[in-house]
Amino acid sequence: MALKLAPEHFEAIRTHGARDYPNECCGMLLGRAEGAKKIAVEIVALNNLRHDPKRAQEVLPLDEPGLESERNRFLIDPLDQLKAEKDARARGLGVLGYYHSHPDHPARPSIYDREHAWPWYSYVIVNVQAGKPGEMTSWVLSEDRSRFDPEEMESSGR
Amino acid sequence: MTVKVIIPTPLRPYTANKDAVELEARTVAEALSNLTAQHQDLRKHLYADDGRLRSFVNVYVNDEDIRFLEKDQTPVGDSDVISIVPSIAGGCPLRCICS
Repeated sequence: MALKLAPEHFEAIRTHGARDYPNECCGMLLGRAEGAKKIAVEIVALNNLRHDPKRAQEVLPLDEPGLESERNRFLIDPLDQLKAEKDARARGLGVLGYYHSHPDHPARPSIYDREHAWPWYSYVIVNVQAGKPGEMTSWVLSEDRSRFDPEEMESSGR
Repeated sequence: MTVKVIIPTPLRPYTANKDAVELEARTVAEALSNLTAQHQDLRKHLYADDGRLRSFVNVYVNDEDIRFLEKDQTPVGDSDVISIVPSIAGGCPLRCICS
């Protein structure tokens, strides 16, 4: 599948990445799957729950809390997710995937990204280097969970 | 008691592409057990080998996280909606903050 984003969607993800630097930002891609394409309609910026270590640890415990923080980890509050999904469903939209930033790190998925990924969703990663948004890539988990495959991103040119 | 279970997109291939499944159940445990009996391939995505729900699978009854209710023994009644919400998490390799 290919992921189709409008120029303002690319811009919204980059801006969010720069705004939350040096922390990781995250958000949701909403839209419709049509044939072999996922067509994004809306980008929803969400809060990185790792800013609230106590609550985040309840939702999904970290293995090495001393090394892991909102600088290199993101977690979406399932309640935020549930609300955003419900709201999207009421408007005839579905969740196509999620985006997050890699501050001062290439836009390549980490092992941690892969271990926590779900099939089908697009995982968009934007590199933010010294506060400036850089390369943006999209990835889809393989069926057997062994790897992330790159996903083509298209601009709808609107 | 008929409850509705909302299936998230990545798990729909295992429920014949249904976005919601209605079934009879009195507790969350019963609902998930009936669901995975009907759709057996779903089991490996929801449960770890020890039979417990995976840590990155969240279950909500209406808008309440079952972890803060009675976990999988949370009672459900007619018209309750159970949502399976996958945890969305990720991040950089750890050397990011070590350098």
